[in-house]
Amino acid sequence: MAGVTLRGVKKRYPGGFEAIKGIDLDVPDGDLCVFVGPSGCGKSTLLRIVAGLETASEGTVAIGGRDVGALGPAERDVAMVFQNYALYPHMSVFDNMAYGLRNRGAARPEIEARVAEAAAMLDLSALLARKPRELSGGQRQRVAMGRAIVRKPALFLFDEPLSNLDAKLRARMRVEIRALQRRLGTTAIHVTHDQLEAMTMADTLVVLNAGRVEQVGKPADVYARPANRFVAGFLGSPEMNFLDGEAGPDGRIDFGALGSLSAGAGARAPVSRKVVAGIRPENLAPAEGDGPDRLSLTVDFVEELGAARLVYASREGRRVVVHTAAHGGWAPGAPLALTAAAGDVRLFDPQGGAALG
Amino acid sequence: MQAKRVVFPHRLLPALLVAPQLAVTAVFFLWPAAEALWQSTLREDAFGLKSTFVGLANFRDLFADPDYLVVIGTTLVFSFAVAGLSLALGLAAAALADRARKGALLYQTLFVWPYAVAPAVAGVIFLYLFEPSLGPLARAVGPAWNHKLIGWQALSMVVMAASWKQVAYDFLFFLAALQSIPRSLMEAAEIDAAGPFRRFFTVSLPLIAPTGFFLLVVNLIYAFFETFGVIHATTLGGPGLSTTTMVFRVFRDGFIDQRLGASAAESVVLLLVVAALTVVQFRFVERKVHY
Repeated sequence: MAGVTLRGVKKRYPGGFEAIKGIDLDVPDGDLCVFVGPSGCGKSTLLRIVAGLETASEGTVAIGGRDVGALGPAERDVAMVFQNYALYPHMSVFDNMAYGLRNRGAARPEIEARVAEAAAMLDLSALLARKPRELSGGQRQRVAMGRAIVRKPALFLFDEPLSNLDAKLRARMRVEIRALQRRLGTTAIHVTHDQLEAMTMADTLVVLNAGRVEQVGKPADVYARPANRFVAGFLGSPEMNFLDGEAGPDGRIDFGALGSLSAGAGARAPVSRKVVAGIRPENLAPAEGDGPDRLSLTVDFVEELGAARLVYASREGRRVVVHTAAHGGWAPGAPLALTAAAGDVRLFDPQGGAALG
Repeated sequence: MQAKRVVFPHRLLPALLVAPQLAVTAVFFLWPAAEALWQSTLREDAFGLKSTFVGLANFRDLFADPDYLVVIGTTLVFSFAVAGLSLALGLAAAALADRARKGALLYQTLFVWPYAVAPAVAGVIFLYLFEPSLGPLARAVGPAWNHKLIGWQALSMVVMAASWKQVAYDFLFFLAALQSIPRSLMEAAEIDAAGPFRRFFTVSLPLIAPTGFFLLVVNLIYAFFETFGVIHATTLGGPGLSTTTMVFRVFRDGFIDQRLGASAAESVVLLLVVAALTVVQFRFVERKVHY
């Protein structure tokens, strides 16, 4: 059991490319921390630095309070699950799980007991004699998990372990990994590019972009109060609507021909200034009556999701998406008036994208 | 992987496509082999004027000849020594090259050069190195070295010369096999507390075993047949019979002693050996693949 502390971690490659540009982070003991970001943001590199598979150019990594900078991967007491699982193809499931224990000189009865325990936990008991090639994708994934948990390490490292599974299996494994990690109480760092996976699994969400941490927090907090436009746009599907507007002294955002919305006290500015307003698709709703807070648009088309639907509407080339459970007369070409609660309108600086207010 | 079945519209086209290869096989393999098979049943008179059909008598004489049995023994020792030595050295070099970070390309390129050297030239190089009175390696060993008189020394020398060339070939294949092992597999093993040696023996080696087996067969065939040049350029099969391999004896019987029937019978024996090796290769190489 151990927390992870990163201080000023940088990674520069010989070519001069800086993949990690200085990261400070604390992962508390027992936490499931998810690194999420677009490809190339450095999330896997950061994970590999924690694992000891790569060395940081600068900064320190501590696991359980112990500086592991000088230690190899084997001495850091971590277990890693790889994207392609990296199972030893010539070994049986049992041997795959036992390999790390054998290398550490565990006694035979202990190895057998531990593998049996892990196999039971992961529903692999019937498959111990098989070779990886005789397993389905989901089973291989479980073996990779089994190989990690059998050693009872201080820290789990998951490098996009679900990205090779189909959507249904991915949803199930998401829940299973989450439950397993809770049950074992072992600190885990999970890397993914999938914002849904990140939102659903994380205790702590770390949003990375271009080698920097954009925001750290509980998933719901990060989702509700994104620190900047990048985080706001990256989390949530469909993406948050961004509209250029002008904030006035009365706290209203003027969107020109589209109309205007109230954005609450935080939006008040002594003089008018340009802002980018972000409104999540699920926070937009058809306007009732004829209050001043409305956007007037025309319906382009509707995507039916079954339980809900996505309505795409636009005016003068500015488009918004509405996620709504209501069945309405969303006929393409029909006029549509939308409104949003003042608290749901997030404002961002047009330069740099930092959240305002 | 799914087998892809291609259907040709004509019968003629596929026949035409394989015809060149079949023609080459027929002219350069089937025809001479048939000729050898036929000749192995003939015996010429002393003047080479007429030949008589003698059935399997040439083979009977061959295996009744104690010298030939010695030659078979020498061939086995020579072939397995060459195959073993080149496999071991090629694998060791490939394992090191696989870990090399800097200058790997230069190292690999230099290593492959000996493969481009003709067998006879390789033989001459080693002949010079081991020349009892002048050769630097022979002088390093001291006066105890004289491959012109001592059989096992002569055999060692030709084994070294023949292996030197083959190491390059094995190196290339082993290196390619090692580099095709996914990196994450080695990283997983590293996290699983396996040191470099343990990783090599428990992960890399089992995964490249199919390549190793393929190379073993290729090396044996090389040692059986293509090392003629090395031996001819260095020891001419001597001293005594100590470096006379089966293929060298085919040459001596046929072209020096002019015993065409006996020479043909010996080449038929070799033909059977290589056929057996090929069958072994096809039967087992496929099966040894782990994944």
